Amino acid sequence: MAYTEDDLKKELETKEYEYGFYTDFKSDTFPIGLNEDIVRAISKKKDEPEWMTNWRLEAFREWEKMIEPEWANVHYKKPDFQAISYYSAPQTVDPNKTLDDVDPDLLAMYKKLGISVDEQKKMNNVAMDIVVDSVSVATTFKKTLGEKGIIFMSISDAIKEHPELVKKYLGTVVPQKDNFYAALNSAVFSDGSFCYIPKGVKCPMELSTYFRINQAGTGQFERTLLVADEGSYVSYLEGCTAPSRDENQLHAAVVELIALDDAEIKYSTVQNWYPGNKEGKGGVYNFVTKRGICEKNAKISWTQVETGSAVTWKYPSCILKGDNSIGEFYSIAVTNNFQQADTGTKMIHLGKNTKSTIISKGISAGKSQNSYRGLVQINSRADNARNFSQCDSLLMGNECGAHTFPYIEVKNKTAQVEHEATTSKIGEDQIFYCNQRGIDTEKAIALIVNGFSKEVLNNLPMEFAVEAQKLLEISLEGSVG
Amino acid sequence: MLKIKNLQANIEDKEILKGINLEINPGEVHAIMGPNGSGKSTLSSVIAGKEEYTMTGGEILFEGEDLSELDPEERAHKGIFLSFQYPVEIPGVSVTNFMKASINAHRKAQGLADMPAKDLLKMIRDKSELLEIDRKFLSRSLNQGFSGGEKKRNEIFQMAMLNPKLAILDETDSGLDIDALKVVANGVNKLRSADNSVLLITHYQRLLDYIVPDFVHVMVDGKIVKSGTKELAYELEERGYDWVKPEKTV
Repeated sequence: MAYTEDDLKKELETKEYEYGFYTDFKSDTFPIGLNEDIVRAISKKKDEPEWMTNWRLEAFREWEKMIEPEWANVHYKKPDFQAISYYSAPQTVDPNKTLDDVDPDLLAMYKKLGISVDEQKKMNNVAMDIVVDSVSVATTFKKTLGEKGIIFMSISDAIKEHPELVKKYLGTVVPQKDNFYAALNSAVFSDGSFCYIPKGVKCPMELSTYFRINQAGTGQFERTLLVADEGSYVSYLEGCTAPSRDENQLHAAVVELIALDDAEIKYSTVQNWYPGNKEGKGGVYNFVTKRGICEKNAKISWTQVETGSAVTWKYPSCILKGDNSIGEFYSIAVTNNFQQADTGTKMIHLGKNTKSTIISKGISAGKSQNSYRGLVQINSRADNARNFSQCDSLLMGNECGAHTFPYIEVKNKTAQVEHEATTSKIGEDQIFYCNQRGIDTEKAIALIVNGFSKEVLNNLPMEFAVEAQKLLEISLEGSVG
Repeated sequence: MLKIKNLQANIEDKEILKGINLEINPGEVHAIMGPNGSGKSTLSSVIAGKEEYTMTGGEILFEGEDLSELDPEERAHKGIFLSFQYPVEIPGVSVTNFMKASINAHRKAQGLADMPAKDLLKMIRDKSELLEIDRKFLSRSLNQGFSGGEKKRNEIFQMAMLNPKLAILDETDSGLDIDALKVVANGVNKLRSADNSVLLITHYQRLLDYIVPDFVHVMVDGKIVKSGTKELAYELEERGYDWVKPEKTV
């Protein structure tokens, strides 16, 4: 008879997380636990200058005094921070990092991930950095970018090669003691990407970082620092995957963006960390602090497609410090099975004539919980500030939840703040309508979800948008209600 | 083409269709008329395969094949089209995009590759001209913010795109002013052929002035109580449904 919800569920169960493989290469992993010695050891391992070691230690001391935040609308067993290894590196990383010399096992892994490094080399629109566990293993296009004066390298290398830049900007947007996870990251971050676009330069290609947690029992703490100097432009992408494991893995990243006068940064994320199995076992805890600061006439645009992770706690934010600066946040967050997401943004308006736009699309299926949490703050000197927020939730089935927590603080009478919110459910009638036009139920859901998410998908760079669309389909397969 | 024998169907254990018999041959236009709640729309939903209805007896054969085991999309692939009384909205999905998904799903069922974008756009252009549809309309989200007339015209546009063997028009005339009705009827007439059949479901006779049926059936309380030619529709118009009702045994 007809294809029922049960059939769909069965089909879903047989569909596993596509990126759930583990690659067996030799790795250099620290013993579990965290103390000052471990922090020093990480710093030493990376051959860091003393100022960096001290910076980490300051962060660690702050972290020790802090407690884990509990205000988010998520419930999970807190990680035991002494049971995690804070450093793991594939042993055969070539210090010179030309892709030709990379460990064949690593290359095989990239292949499985669908990243053909050869292609990467040929394609000239995406320069890529790949971070496996704790270290950056490949940075392509260094030379091409170098000709424009663009610096794109692992943050470890940047600390050594461009200490003046790192020292000047690191921690200026997300200070060491900003929050519990940011402090932890500041103490133990192992790698990540650094990018500097010089004055007036439009970066000719998309810059991209690919993150992968491979080793068991390790946390990943990457740090991204992106500085767009006056009048420059850059579009940056990041993607993430992890093997399927029964235990929860911790990912606590910090991303800092600095857009100087008249600069523009477009930052896109497709986050597909392992979400746990259908019973809610395993999966990545994704506790991330992302924030950018805009100077005069600058613009920062965050676009995120969040489909993975067991628990997500993430609020990419903009500090609109300069007059006429613009902040944007476009988000699609999908939760299925037992996933929980508490995500949104903060738009802090400090300068005059600052503008922000928030478009958030939450899609919940299975027994998942999906929360939007956002703050729009207009400070007293931010004359004529404007914000528009739109939060839409789409529910599938009767066991999931969608929540919206908008906070609006206005201290200037000239502000214009608009907030719109909708909640809808994929209806049987919509599905039947599509069926009647020959479109099967799976495709119908994909069509409806893509339509629902369109305003955000349109903001992704082309190649990414196609991938994101596929990811939405995979994440929601078999979740009709 | 369509042969319905003693069809009985329930919704949530409530009996709606109580033994329908109907045969439609290629090229014929049939109209089913009847008062509200007589089961007309249920009949169209059951033919299209809507899940909430349960067939409790009888059979529906389409080109000799039993439909009851087929999913709604499989019935669509075989050439059954339903113009909905209340077309649903799908925000963010343009009419063009929706048609692309629909056409390609039909083609896939026939083992064909996706229609090349160029051909698809040409077909969309031709059919929208046929139905006097403004091209801007095609990039709007499906049915979102459409007026009643636009929704119905969009249904007929989709019908033109899919060129079904059997088109069921469920109350296509409801909510249309006379001008919109003429455009819709004109569209349907242009699509009539010796191979395609139409089943009109309507409350009022006025649609039948524009789409002239070969046969008219009157449905009351889940049964076809009277069948005839188009004259029957005029008679109904004059005498009302009460005229046919006394056939029910008291």
